Amino acid sequence: MRAPTIFGLCAALLVGVGLFGLIVDPQPLRKILAFNVIGSGVFVLLGAVARRGAAVGMGGDPVPQALLITGIVVAFAATALAVALLLRLFNATGSVTLSADALDEVRPDDGNA
Amino acid sequence: MIETLNAGVAVLILALAIFTIATRELFAAAVGFIAYGLLLTLVWAQLHGLDVALIEGAVGGGLTGVLVIGSAARLRGTQVTASAERLGASARAAAAIVAGVVAAVLAACVLALPDPAPTLAPQVAANMTATGVGNPITAVLLAFRAIDTLLEVIVLIFALIAVWSLAPDGVWGGRAGPRYDADPNGILVYFARILPPIGVIVGIYIFWVGADHPGGKFQGSTFLAAMWLLAARAGLTDAPPISRVWVRIAVVAGPVGFVVIGLAGVVTAGAFLAYPAGYAKPLILAIEWALMPSLALTLALLMAGAPQRPGVP
Repeated sequence: MRAPTIFGLCAALLVGVGLFGLIVDPQPLRKILAFNVIGSGVFVLLGAVARRGAAVGMGGDPVPQALLITGIVVAFAATALAVALLLRLFNATGSVTLSADALDEVRPDDGNA
Repeated sequence: MIETLNAGVAVLILALAIFTIATRELFAAAVGFIAYGLLLTLVWAQLHGLDVALIEGAVGGGLTGVLVIGSAARLRGTQVTASAERLGASARAAAAIVAGVVAAVLAACVLALPDPAPTLAPQVAANMTATGVGNPITAVLLAFRAIDTLLEVIVLIFALIAVWSLAPDGVWGGRAGPRYDADPNGILVYFARILPPIGVIVGIYIFWVGADHPGGKFQGSTFLAAMWLLAARAGLTDAPPISRVWVRIAVVAGPVGFVVIGLAGVVTAGAFLAYPAGYAKPLILAIEWALMPSLALTLALLMAGAPQRPGVP
């Protein structure tokens, strides 16, 4: 099998693994990690497609490769925001649960930790 | 031979992803994720995307890794409460089926990709001489798809504003994160003194060669941000209060310069973000020079997080 096929199939499985983790794991930081696993799976899939587009001496189609750079940086920005939200939730309530029942029990701190 | 290696890397990456998802320890999951992100750079190298490999190693493995390991350390005690909310067996089975179906459909798509593959590489090669840059990725990022890059840097600013707005009212305008203190004779402080001069030069070099070789402003600015982060974690420097005018000006200066050059294109070349013939390369370099410091600062401040202390002690 050629490299794009191997890593393309690997990427498909990564999306599956990440999706399972995103649904099943209740801890928000691990949901963020799982979401990043899904994201990198999508990136690798696009990278495999870019590699198949190799032509005129270029190792891959530069248009999807450039979009990947954009995508990876934006994914980092989203992760940084998600982690900041999570830490703020932890500072405000002392827990990181996303369960609606548990959130009702937590006494609000008037918006300021 | 190389195919066996590729298959080995693919299996290793899958194993690390499964470990990251399946391990019970939050901290172990974060460590697994960092190893996973660094191994992905090998995949990018094998897929002939050296520019992508650089950004994956610097951002995907590096910055994201520091971010998750830092928060995993702070959230260590929450592990127990979270595992009490674990889904039932039937819900887990349903999730496994959904994930399996999605993976199977994607795998089928990979196997059904058209041959010969559609590609824009010939068009890029044919028009690259007009831009004057030698790295096709840079030509795409700053000439053919410059609007994507412009929107991306604006997204980074929006993310930073969103992170800042999480500050509690009392410390709005203050400094991000705790003030780090490290043993002045410890190994961390030693590294934080030795490494930044080298790292800054590497970062500027990667930025500098980006016009003609793999590299560029995103990869280079990540290096600079990482070096600042190292010095800050060692207590050698501190995050600036976000109310400082210079911080805000520095964050938006690069994107504003990008927009100004883009608007100038309306007059000189007849379209937003178009470059007049013969001036493409100097304008692209001007945009890169303008973006580099703003990107480095924005990435560093995103890593630092929401303000937690008053700006004036």
